[in-house]
Amino acid sequence: MPANTVRLRIKRQAGPQAPPVWEEFEIPYRPHMNVIVALRDIAENPVTRDGRPTSTIAYEANCLEEVCGACAMVINGRARQACTALVDRLEQPISLEPLHRFPMIRDLQVDRSKLFNDLRRVKAWVPIDGTYALGSGPRQSPQDQEQAYPLSRCISCGNCLEVCPQYNTRTDYVGAAVINQVRLFNLHPTGKMHRAARLDALTGPGGIQECGYAENCVKACPKDIPLTDSIAAVNRQMVGHLWGKALGR
Amino acid sequence: MPNSSPHLLIVGGGLAGLSAALHAAERGARISLFSVVPVKRSHSVCAQGGINAAKNLKGEGDSPWIHFDDTIFGGDFLANQPLVKRMCEAAPGIIDLLDRMGVPFNRTPEGLLDFRRFGGTLHHRTAFAGATTGQQLLYALDEQVRRHEASGQVEKFEHWEFLSAVLDDNGVCRGICAMDLRSMEVRTFAADAVIIATGGIGAIFGKSTNSIACTGSAQSALYQQGADYANGEFIQVHPTAIPGEDKLRLMSESARGEGGRVWVPKDGKPWYFLEEWYPKYGNLVPRDVATRAIHKVVYELGLGLDGQPAVYLDLTHIPAHELDIKLGGILEIYEKFVGDDPRKVPMKVFPAMHYTMGGLWVDNEHQATNIPGLFACGECEYQYHGANRLGANSLVSCIFGGAIAGPTAVEYARASTAAGSPRPFEQEKLRQEEINARLFASEGSENPFVIWKELGRTMTEHCTVIRVNDNLRRADAKLQELLERYRKLGLRDKTRWANPAFFFTRQLYNMLQLARVICLGALARDESRGAHYKPAFAERDDANWLKTTLASFAPDADEPRLRYQPVDISLLPPRPRKY
Repeated sequence: MPANTVRLRIKRQAGPQAPPVWEEFEIPYRPHMNVIVALRDIAENPVTRDGRPTSTIAYEANCLEEVCGACAMVINGRARQACTALVDRLEQPISLEPLHRFPMIRDLQVDRSKLFNDLRRVKAWVPIDGTYALGSGPRQSPQDQEQAYPLSRCISCGNCLEVCPQYNTRTDYVGAAVINQVRLFNLHPTGKMHRAARLDALTGPGGIQECGYAENCVKACPKDIPLTDSIAAVNRQMVGHLWGKALGR
Repeated sequence: MPNSSPHLLIVGGGLAGLSAALHAAERGARISLFSVVPVKRSHSVCAQGGINAAKNLKGEGDSPWIHFDDTIFGGDFLANQPLVKRMCEAAPGIIDLLDRMGVPFNRTPEGLLDFRRFGGTLHHRTAFAGATTGQQLLYALDEQVRRHEASGQVEKFEHWEFLSAVLDDNGVCRGICAMDLRSMEVRTFAADAVIIATGGIGAIFGKSTNSIACTGSAQSALYQQGADYANGEFIQVHPTAIPGEDKLRLMSESARGEGGRVWVPKDGKPWYFLEEWYPKYGNLVPRDVATRAIHKVVYELGLGLDGQPAVYLDLTHIPAHELDIKLGGILEIYEKFVGDDPRKVPMKVFPAMHYTMGGLWVDNEHQATNIPGLFACGECEYQYHGANRLGANSLVSCIFGGAIAGPTAVEYARASTAAGSPRPFEQEKLRQEEINARLFASEGSENPFVIWKELGRTMTEHCTVIRVNDNLRRADAKLQELLERYRKLGLRDKTRWANPAFFFTRQLYNMLQLARVICLGALARDESRGAHYKPAFAERDDANWLKTTLASFAPDADEPRLRYQPVDISLLPPRPRKY
């Protein structure tokens, strides 16, 4: 579409309690624009399409190269990162909405702290003894590295949680991103020493049993992480773990 | 009586801040960690190519001493040498530590860490995790700090912005003043010591390879409060980035480390100008050298691609599978933002502002600034890279700086006496609230985003690759004009909840003040050294300029005052820098 303007519809909300309103904007088109550029152009002169001055649009963004995870939002109905959403490939008017499974802050900005708290819950780390000199780490084959590295590229954007029918404030479900981290650390030669504690953290309310196998997560992941494989792998570990516990091992 | 449970404030949750937090927590400190973004989203994630350590796992006879020599030589002898030597000696241990934390470094068939080549060295010295090494390192430290958070020793204040230090009547740092980026509440926090780890300053140049959060606002605020700022004029322009409307996206030096070649068409054939001009190092000359070469090819020889400011970075001769394993992360960036597959067509790149070698002055031993109780580590300080940073030395300097700052801040805190009067806290809070109130009341005609654009254009044009004194004088006049116009701005969005325009406008003032430090430092230094290049003074001048620039803020004149300090060259005598 060779139009020389870009039209956007943006769902605004002045604060957590404020009612949502839609505003339309029309700004000059520039080649190679992404949604971030559009939002910045609006910030320079925040006036709606019908000429009404409005407030600056709040959103989170940082690296602009899809590695920090900050700029997740719902763009034309799809949860994704705004930096890689190129205007040339989007149907107009481009609709922008906040992720709606997280508490609202303002406009396109939401509170994703649950995601980081859940990483704490499942002990997503390798338990090292200390930072003092203890020699090199365990040897690992290139094949092990090639399995772990893709799992470790999760940017905690929350897109997989946004599309998950089970992810809500009612069940406290941790979701695919966090289960994937359990798989990652249970693979590591030292990390697996705390495998049982991580699996215990995934039982009970909000644990892995909440997964409803909708398989939306894997399609929404901007980093192509095999999230459904990760859930299946941790599920298998869980069966063994729970049998072991039942048999007193 | 010694303080048995010292309380530290750490500002910045990138690699340096997390390293400081981890090492301080291990020594029993309670830590409050402040960051404008959730720490896992810090700019360290953007580091791509790797981290240097002379592990000598390729049978090349590499050693920490050679790493040290390469770093000092690469920095054109401007770095103080003893601390750099300590860093190079510590680097292999840092890699071991990261390896133990589970960083998925690439491996050799024997299961050892793989190393690749980087600029400014002839050795395979760079450990890497695909082409997202910074991300993987940051995650590892984030995870370790999360352990201490789980045990209650670390408390995070994410989405809080540092506004200023709280200084008592004796000029001792007793805490900080910060603003909640949601409620916009201004609050002071007391502590026994403060560590600043607020990273880079890319936003001062408008577009750069840096993240949005890299405004330099915290460093600038401290400089305006009396912290010395060192070597501000030394700005690294990375030779290979993808030009973009919102940012200039880095194409890692590792692309050349893995065999990538830079060329432009000349007389109908590819001309590999770096290989021709620098036969020994080829495409892996240091960044300042490669950037100037590209500049020359594009602007002096007029050989940019299709007349545009761009050259080719070519990987197409390398097997796609190998590229995927070693460079996957950056290939993905190119594909997603440009739309071409770099396995099949050469990438189009151009130099971009990337890193500041200059930063807050810290001493040669403790990462201590000239303000007692205030420490600094990471890109926001100046110690490790002299006049030009070698690729893959930034990650190691962040972690090493943090590993010093954390423990020394704890030691300082244990010996420190209690803060005493609450008055400095009340005064600082009042001062910051007054700045906020003035901004909310502003009704002028100037638009902060327009001022920012002009700032970026001025700095990129005059304070990057080529520096000319007349232009620098004009640039400083422009910066003064922008500061004047800043005082006439009008904040249109007066919302008192999570107001992004408000936060940005506050940062902008600090960017303008720090820009003058860079510009005037460059104007004064009449020589060429590392990234600082003046055609009118094309040679390094050790007799007059082998010295550190120190800028201090003169509140009465509202501008920087420059003075100089000798460089510690006790280990390696300066020699001509030829590649």
